[in-house]
Amino acid sequence: MSDKLLSMSDAIARYVPDGSSVALGLALEPLIPFAAGHEIIRQRRRNLTLIGPISDILFDEMIGAGCVSRIAAAWVGNVSEGLGYNYRRATEHQQPHAITVEDYSNYSVGLALLAAALGVPYIPMRSLLGSDIARNHPHLRNEPSPLDGTPTLLVPALQPDVAIIHVQRADAEGRAHAWGGLGICEEAALAAKGVIYTAEEIVPAEVILSDPNRVLAPAFKTLAVVHSPGGAHPSPVQGYYNRDHKAYAEYHEHSRTPEDFAAWLQEWVIDQPDRAAYLDHLGTERWAGLALREHHYAAPVDYGY
Amino acid sequence: MAAGDGAYTPQELMVVCAARQIRDGEVVFVGMRLPLLAFALAKRTHAPSAIGLFENGLVRDTPSRELLMTMGDAPNILGAEWATRTVALMGLLAQGCAQLGFVGGAEVDRYGNLNTSYVGSREHPTVKLPGSGGGADIASLAGRLAIIMEHERRRFPERVSYITSPGYGDGGDWRAQVGLPRGGPAAVITTRALLGFRDDTHEMQLLSWHPGSSIEDVRAHTGWELAVAPEVHETPPPTSDELRIIRECDPQGFWTR
Repeated sequence: MSDKLLSMSDAIARYVPDGSSVALGLALEPLIPFAAGHEIIRQRRRNLTLIGPISDILFDEMIGAGCVSRIAAAWVGNVSEGLGYNYRRATEHQQPHAITVEDYSNYSVGLALLAAALGVPYIPMRSLLGSDIARNHPHLRNEPSPLDGTPTLLVPALQPDVAIIHVQRADAEGRAHAWGGLGICEEAALAAKGVIYTAEEIVPAEVILSDPNRVLAPAFKTLAVVHSPGGAHPSPVQGYYNRDHKAYAEYHEHSRTPEDFAAWLQEWVIDQPDRAAYLDHLGTERWAGLALREHHYAAPVDYGY
Repeated sequence: MAAGDGAYTPQELMVVCAARQIRDGEVVFVGMRLPLLAFALAKRTHAPSAIGLFENGLVRDTPSRELLMTMGDAPNILGAEWATRTVALMGLLAQGCAQLGFVGGAEVDRYGNLNTSYVGSREHPTVKLPGSGGGADIASLAGRLAIIMEHERRRFPERVSYITSPGYGDGGDWRAQVGLPRGGPAAVITTRALLGFRDDTHEMQLLSWHPGSSIEDVRAHTGWELAVAPEVHETPPPTSDELRIIRECDPQGFWTR
């Protein structure tokens, strides 16, 4: 297999053009590819469609930075603090510009990606019946089951142009290991036309191949692998670092007004050329405070025969 | 309640009320914030066999050993029974495997419909709320739903302007009519009271007022003529054991102050 290792700036420049639909933040609160999101902001991407389940502040940041024209998600805000101010400004006051919102629930956005992953036009479900999410949705359709006539909601397939997934480790050829609660990472990786992995560690292929059950998706879907240590901060990466709760509170505080947010964006995104600089700006003491306090290794499994 | 012996915060009483909704042996779809503590409290008191499902893809038989800010925090994954995919857990919920689910809401109405999406119109919202998350799925598919709310008049309109998470629609057998397979709200746990729903009309009714509140106080902070159950009473306060456990789980009072 070919070498897919790219720098973050090259991966985003090559595979996330203006107007792309991008799935990210797919494991819910952990493994959020903040470093990739910040690079997208720095490269001034425009008219993106963001797809995800919940987005814990990354969508809010990208909306505020003007990258986004459409959201297809179940929840956009700040999980431990509440509302997302940029999301509010965009939807209530069209600042910095108007965005289109397609409301999903976590189950329905997962099923939309699963339908694409399975290569079928839609998946029926019985969630959201009677809700205004179903009633107002441009794509969800209320249709009786052809089998027994009972009401179902048809969730059409949703195929992102690219899924960006932060993982614990990957190899240069595009295979990735991730663990923890995985949200809709697998559905998105299988559904997307291509996947960019950002990884805490780049490991030899034999490390990944030693445990094929832990691989998220086939490497032929992989567009690029980016070595991005700390690339999920402030979200947590199991086995690598903990969630920086304080960062979410600080973001909440510093995104209340457009002026506050502009200053925050300048300090934490625009002025940081890459993730190493960002972590340097965060400071070694703060970063050390998020380090693992203890290790809990899984028992090895035997693939012998 | 002020600090001191036997004193507790409204949030601590809400955690206790939420924990009391969990029956031993049940599979519970645990939400965010206070239910994270309620699950831990129930496990350590009357419901040691309860199982917790978390929509990021976790099944737990034991509460996490540290306080959680989010369900995806590392301590919630360590010691999980199963770490999997959201769709796998939601599929279990859709089959009817979860007897109880928790959600929070910005607005709840007379028939337990929840709005967590748009205050004002959808086209021109005065406040855009974050949205469903998994809440609408839990409300659609869990066996019983427990709703956790701040009890303010503006949060209790007679009719929500947008149904994010379906309750009983406009009452009666609405859920069956629209095709929801089961469920519906069983409890609304607020800063002032515990409310339930009539079996026939599925209209919300007051079950108990919290100490310091009253029937009049609850009704004054509700946006319609709130019905009162015949057996209405004062909510039993937390026991000292319940308070001790809550404070062991959340020593700084992150969720309970």
